[in-house]
Amino acid sequence: MSSNSFAYNEQSGGGEATELGQEAASTISPSGAFGLFSSDMKKNEDLKQMLESNKDSAKLDAMKRIVGMIAKGKNASELFPAVVKNVASKNIEIKKLVYVYLVRYAEEQQDLALLSISTFQRALKDPNQLIRASALRVLSSIRVPIIVPIMMLAIKEASADLSPYVRKNAAHAIQKLYSLDPEQKEMLIEIIEKLLKDKSTLVAGSVVMAFEEVCPDRIDLIHKNYRKLCNLLVDVEEWGQVVIIHMLTRYARTQFVSPWKEGDGLEDNEKDFYDSDEEQKEKADKRKRPYTMDPDHRLLIRNTKPLLQSRNAAVVMAVAQLYWHIAPKSEAGIISKSLVRLLRSNREVQYIVLQNIATMSIQRKGMFEPYLKSFYVRSTDPTMIKILKLEILTNLANEANISTLLREFQTYVKSQDKQFAAATIQTIGRCATSITEVSDTCLNGLVCLLSNRDEIVVAESVVVIKKLLQMQPIQHGEIIKHMAKLLDSITVPVARASILWLIGENCERVPKIAPDVLRKTAKSFTSEDDLVKLQILNLGAKLYLTNSKQTKLLTQYILNLGKYDQNYDIRDRTRFIRQLIVPNEKSGALSKYAKKIFLAQKPAPLLESPFKDRDHFQLGTLSHTLNTKATGYLELSNWPEVAPDPSVRNVEVIELAKEWTPAGKAKKENPDEKFYSESEEEEDSSESSSDSESASGSESGEDEEEDHSGDSGEDSGESGSESEAGKGRAAKHAKARGKGDSKDVDKEKENSKSSESSSGESSSIEESSSDSESESESESESESRTITKAKEKKTKQDRNPLTKDVSLLDLDDFNPVSSPVVLPTPALSPSLIADLEGLNLSATSSVISVSTPVFVPGKTHVLLHRMSGKGLAAHYFFPRQPCIFGDKMVSVQITLNNTTDQKIENIHVGGKKLPMGMQMHVFNPIESLEPAGSITVSVGIDFCDSTQTASFQLCTKDDCFSVNIQPPVGELLLPVAMSEKDFKKEQGMLSGMNETSTTIIAAPQNFASSVILQKVVNVANVGVVPSGQDNVHRFAAKTVHSGSLMLVTVELKEGSTAQLIINTEKTVIGSVLLRELKPVLSQGKSPGEQKGLRSEMETEPKPSTLLSSWHQTPSEDKSVLAPMCASEDARALTSGAHGVVARTQKQTLLWGHPRRWWAVWTDFLEVISAKALHDETPPGLFQNFTYTLLPLETESVEVQGVKLEQVTINWHFPVIKIFYETEKSPIRLAHRANFGGVESETISSRTILTVGTLRPRFLRDARCFRPVLLRVALVRTLLCELAFLYQGKENLAHVGDSSNSARPEGVNLEDAASHQGRAGVDGAEVQTPAACLQSLPFKDVIVLQNTFI
Amino acid sequence: MLCVRTGGGSRLRLSLPFSNGFEKMIHSLFLINCSGDIFLEKHWKSVVSQSVCDYFFEAQEKAADVENVPPVISTPHHYLISIYRDKLFFVSVIQTEVPPLFVIEFLHRVADTFQDYFGECSEAAIKDNVVIVYELLEEMLDNGFPLATESNILKELIKPPTILRSVVNSITGSSNVGDTLPTGQLSNIPWRRAGVKYTNNEAYFDVVEEIDAIIDKSGSTVFAEIQGVIDACIKLSGMPDLSLSFMNPRLLDDVSFHPCIRFKRWESERVLSFIPPDGNFRLISYRVSSQNLVAIPVYVKHSISFKENSSCGRFDITIGPKQNMGKTIEGITVTVHMPKVVLNMNLTPTQGSYTFDPVTKVLTWDVGKITPQKLPSLKGLVNLQSGAPKPEENPSLNIQFKIQQLAISGLKVNRLDMYGEKYKPFKGVKYVTKAGKFQVRT
Repeated sequence: MSSNSFAYNEQSGGGEATELGQEAASTISPSGAFGLFSSDMKKNEDLKQMLESNKDSAKLDAMKRIVGMIAKGKNASELFPAVVKNVASKNIEIKKLVYVYLVRYAEEQQDLALLSISTFQRALKDPNQLIRASALRVLSSIRVPIIVPIMMLAIKEASADLSPYVRKNAAHAIQKLYSLDPEQKEMLIEIIEKLLKDKSTLVAGSVVMAFEEVCPDRIDLIHKNYRKLCNLLVDVEEWGQVVIIHMLTRYARTQFVSPWKEGDGLEDNEKDFYDSDEEQKEKADKRKRPYTMDPDHRLLIRNTKPLLQSRNAAVVMAVAQLYWHIAPKSEAGIISKSLVRLLRSNREVQYIVLQNIATMSIQRKGMFEPYLKSFYVRSTDPTMIKILKLEILTNLANEANISTLLREFQTYVKSQDKQFAAATIQTIGRCATSITEVSDTCLNGLVCLLSNRDEIVVAESVVVIKKLLQMQPIQHGEIIKHMAKLLDSITVPVARASILWLIGENCERVPKIAPDVLRKTAKSFTSEDDLVKLQILNLGAKLYLTNSKQTKLLTQYILNLGKYDQNYDIRDRTRFIRQLIVPNEKSGALSKYAKKIFLAQKPAPLLESPFKDRDHFQLGTLSHTLNTKATGYLELSNWPEVAPDPSVRNVEVIELAKEWTPAGKAKKENPDEKFYSESEEEEDSSESSSDSESASGSESGEDEEEDHSGDSGEDSGESGSESEAGKGRAAKHAKARGKGDSKDVDKEKENSKSSESSSGESSSIEESSSDSESESESESESESRTITKAKEKKTKQDRNPLTKDVSLLDLDDFNPVSSPVVLPTPALSPSLIADLEGLNLSATSSVISVSTPVFVPGKTHVLLHRMSGKGLAAHYFFPRQPCIFGDKMVSVQITLNNTTDQKIENIHVGGKKLPMGMQMHVFNPIESLEPAGSITVSVGIDFCDSTQTASFQLCTKDDCFSVNIQPPVGELLLPVAMSEKDFKKEQGMLSGMNETSTTIIAAPQNFASSVILQKVVNVANVGVVPSGQDNVHRFAAKTVHSGSLMLVTVELKEGSTAQLIINTEKTVIGSVLLRELKPVLSQGKSPGEQKGLRSEMETEPKPSTLLSSWHQTPSEDKSVLAPMCASEDARALTSGAHGVVARTQKQTLLWGHPRRWWAVWTDFLEVISAKALHDETPPGLFQNFTYTLLPLETESVEVQGVKLEQVTINWHFPVIKIFYETEKSPIRLAHRANFGGVESETISSRTILTVGTLRPRFLRDARCFRPVLLRVALVRTLLCELAFLYQGKENLAHVGDSSNSARPEGVNLEDAASHQGRAGVDGAEVQTPAACLQSLPFKDVIVLQNTFI
Repeated sequence: MLCVRTGGGSRLRLSLPFSNGFEKMIHSLFLINCSGDIFLEKHWKSVVSQSVCDYFFEAQEKAADVENVPPVISTPHHYLISIYRDKLFFVSVIQTEVPPLFVIEFLHRVADTFQDYFGECSEAAIKDNVVIVYELLEEMLDNGFPLATESNILKELIKPPTILRSVVNSITGSSNVGDTLPTGQLSNIPWRRAGVKYTNNEAYFDVVEEIDAIIDKSGSTVFAEIQGVIDACIKLSGMPDLSLSFMNPRLLDDVSFHPCIRFKRWESERVLSFIPPDGNFRLISYRVSSQNLVAIPVYVKHSISFKENSSCGRFDITIGPKQNMGKTIEGITVTVHMPKVVLNMNLTPTQGSYTFDPVTKVLTWDVGKITPQKLPSLKGLVNLQSGAPKPEENPSLNIQFKIQQLAISGLKVNRLDMYGEKYKPFKGVKYVTKAGKFQVRT
């Protein structure tokens, strides 16, 4: 609590001091204030009074206290009504604090929060930019879905605000709106696109941030702004720099070819554009090297370099990773100095930077070698920093510096920090393996350490020596003997186990000692650690095989002890060894090979840096730090083989070229010149007849032509004059003087506009001097058209020359055949389309003829229920007829019924509340409606191609009722008749972002032509396009308001899937339509099946049916997972199974029946473990997986009567942990776990259950256990094999099909397992996975590609 | 979706963990004191339950030492990025991929701002000014993305608390919150506010150099490096444009700049040219390359020994000046982390005073100045835990010292010129050399 408020409290008097005391007391347990609830109530009453007083100081005081409560995490939500009243307060501080409160609680009290909206709407128009901006900030922070349209509008307006500060806030608001309602994506992308063009440094960082969040895949939006961003970068605020640099790194990796490898780079078409000094140098370089860096690539590298000098560590790191990922290897060296500088910073910065250096130092030692000494460890460093430094030192070690390093290591080994000392010993081991010159020295040194006083040091040395000896097949009898002696003194289990293993492996080399060691350990067997016991068993087995005379009895004794051990691992191992080595009648062929199995040459472990495989993560990212893919991590793509067209970035090329081109050079003949001149002539001749709009359109198109094709530094102005001279068309120019001028000015405007945005190095001086005359002449005239043309220009830029050709020639006479070219191309954003509509409409309508509706569904919607309408009932339906009131209107028929026993008089439409742009043509008032009478009227509504609701009032003589009409998207269309050919052509034009598609799964009978047709026309008012193919159905329509084409294609695929594709410029409507069509088409998908599933769900599941199905999602991770959480598909998957496993590379979701989630999980775990044992997959793959168990739908998980709120399984290899939140005591699950014991510890509210510890050693030695384990966990292993077998193959659903038929009803897993086991033994053959599959007890095993770990 | 029960019994809707994977940057911030109380929380998006901090506490428990708490912790639905400053943990909750340094740097900036506003970044200061803290956090971060982090801008938006102002505010009802957009926000020099006025125009520069060194047993230098900073305190009216030049700028090997410095001028002329922020700020920090020979101003003679099988040891250190360029070395402090087996120490200093904390086993010897006539030394006996093995290694000595009026690298400011304003400012440069991470292995 603020000390100020203490002061205020005194004036507000009364019993407040005591209250304050209570509040202070409650701060100790902020969340556990339950006991103090009554006093809370009282205090809040008091706050309410203060808020309602008319003194600002009291209000302010109250608000301060409330903010204090929020800060402590206390619940202040009940004050909402009192607080929200003050939102319009004049006092700016009260206002700010109310904002703080609103943002915190609006989500919980949505209805009340709406009261404040109008205040913000007013503030959005405030002349003070700070107030506008903060209103926008708060408005967009209120997470109330209802106000999404208001937010959208506000953002739109703010993004065009004059103040860059407001625009910056608009960029932030985009992200907020997107997280509130992802449906708005398309519209938001439009705004992002607009803001990306903003040339204010203030906006750049924020809008790129928004871009990264909303549409990071829309890299095409960056092209035009790429150079601008590069040039602005230095002046952007530091946080924005980080975001921009990360984005540009990704961009560069998709757009440029690799500068790393030698070989042919792309022939750079752009070369001539960049004839600046640097580029000249570039060219000189080019003669020497075959690879030439794209100048844009170079621009980025050059412009980020100064930022290495930033005081902000994040910026330096961002530049460093940029250099690492995209700069030529020779240039990346400069980052090391700056990174080393960061090591002086805070511990947290050091930690991250060292991690990144560790990764880099593995690949390019040379970079950090000069700074070797900067990584020397100080005794005061935190342990985590020490270990990272050690890691780097190891990576940097080479023949030259190893002696210095070893001396340094000697100091470290003696460190008081034992964890660090142990790490140093490991490091020495690694150096010994990597640098053979010193391996003997290291080994000797380690042996010396064996006599160290500290046990941890000795134990670690033993482990490392063991590894070293394993790697060197040379005799080291002496060392082994020495270690055998140590066995008496060492107590650390790992070390003891290591020594025993070493002796066992080398038992033939130390024949005298080995049996003695076995004797000693046999004595202490019962008191040893499990780890050691296993190794004693191993040692026994190995000795039994090599020296059975001496050790037979001893081994049997040990096996007997092991047989009754508490740990089942040891019992298993004992049983296994006994069967394998002690010959008896039952043991089969395997015991013959026992010696081979046990004393096989084992591959040496690889001592590798833990940072070795981190380089596949982008440096400087969270994922890199965690070494696991973080949510939302964007993969850095590989360099493209061939660079995409570099000209897409050429937005400023016009003036850049001018700046850079030496005067004489530009005059060279352009091969395309002729064509353009012709087109100009064409246009010339038709000029008088065509209207000015279309003429200007074609002109700008032509300008564009020149810019686009011009690979020399030709600008439009020059080309104009040139063609004048060259083609002798001076007459024409003279004739069209005035027009020509305006044209020039237009260009001029273009140029200067883009030059501003490009960089500080403005270049329009030359131009403006030459054209200044004409500019002044026709400025006013041209101004109005500049914007249109600018947009148009962009429209055309992406088009291929062929289409353009047509457009130029044909625009004037609107040939229906060629008119499609006038349709906007995919590169258009919807806003541009809207702007171009004026041009397009006439052309479009000439090819598209509206036909009559195929089908008129009789479905009516309730407009006004008779109960709420005091007896007046109203229904409406869409008759699908062209509206008589206006072209852009949808006709709606409203049927009015009088259900009362009295006349209803004067029915008419009262006030209309229509969203912007919408229009409505109302019906004429109805004088009276008899009781039980009904009347049908029709109205026309222009919905502006949106599904926004039209609200109006239906009034009678006495009452007014507010009613809404919300059009289904299908009714916003008019059917269109067109040929298949036209359809395809149109569809071709509407690809890319104008295309949305989805896959539908439904029963085959639903894919009959008539059914599809029926379903589609039922939903949408579309026309049927005759189709030549049986499996493709096409429908065409246009939107009522704008007349944009809407093309629907249903393409039947193999099996029971179909592809639904919608092509339209109106992407929003398109996607809505897609959403509506999808469920309809997949509706009734095998109704029988669904029913069956449900009945299965309802019956009590057999507990023994452990794992019934695996569903694995494809690897697109979150995009797939997200819908799985909520969508119907996911539910279908879930309900079809007793347990579902959905996994991606980072997360696995298990849906299980509440009663069985645990079983599902256990099996899942075993499969993975079995996999690890079986395939010897490096354990690293399993590291750090987190599995989240989700209860089915609304049911919560209950195990043994305890309710689990959230269950999380964390496999931090090799320890598996389960977290769950529960209100009661932890659950005993010991008997369930099949790996290791179960320990549970309770940490605060969460119980952590450690289930099983898979030790690497166990895994390695378990190799020889393969046959046994296969029997034990056969089914699981098989499943696993399946996953691998089908990994990468495409048609995986078939797996499910085949197993489907093979499923024996009611066979449970246990049975199957034993059945399989028997088969395995009897057949004495390893079954093929396919064969095993046949008898799998699973209903449907769906294994999708590339997902299993 | 899952619901998590919160303490108050109200059910909070948690956002779907997967469906909105696009929520980036800083989601929430928790301030935690040393005893593990969460005393402040701030959410920029939907509310994240405090229970997320349990993961942090778990990591803290595991780390044993506050210094070893990993800065980045992964939890099932969130990532926690934390910093430790002034006995406080700043724990931020992140939902998706973000450059960790971005967050760390920002959190430090928050702590710096608190320091700047309240004079100290402590629990008490934050609790006393919780409203200002909230207002600051609100301005510094929007939707998890940094908005205004420049001290000059923030101070225009939210006035720092002073006694006078709080009195005035309580009488007049005016507030700490500014109602106009800070001028800096919009200009190309966001770090400076407009309309600065001083009666005395002053510009001070402190050149502070720190020697990082590791000296081995025999007294030879294993590693030495000079890290320097130039801190400025500029109180100049209007919009002054300063340029600071050095006698020997080539000494500066690796420099990082305040954003105000014009990089191009430095590249071409090696002159620091800038329009300064108002008040205190760090102009540059630099490193003098380790290639240059670094003068080590002190030497230590030491003899520390623990007798085998006996419960005592000897401790004897003497400090003397070396290469001190004729200046006095002052403020010497020696800190030694003794091994765990040491129970107590009985020492006699010839100069200054010493303390030994038997719990943390830290020996601190406050020496003061070195007078060459009589070198300070500290001698005596060490009591060891009987029966325990003698320590493997002798402890290293961490030495602090200060030399006034000397930049050990030899860096010298040549001149400071001011353009753009008419008045004549008062200028001053101060040099200090300090020990940085100066460690002597024994």
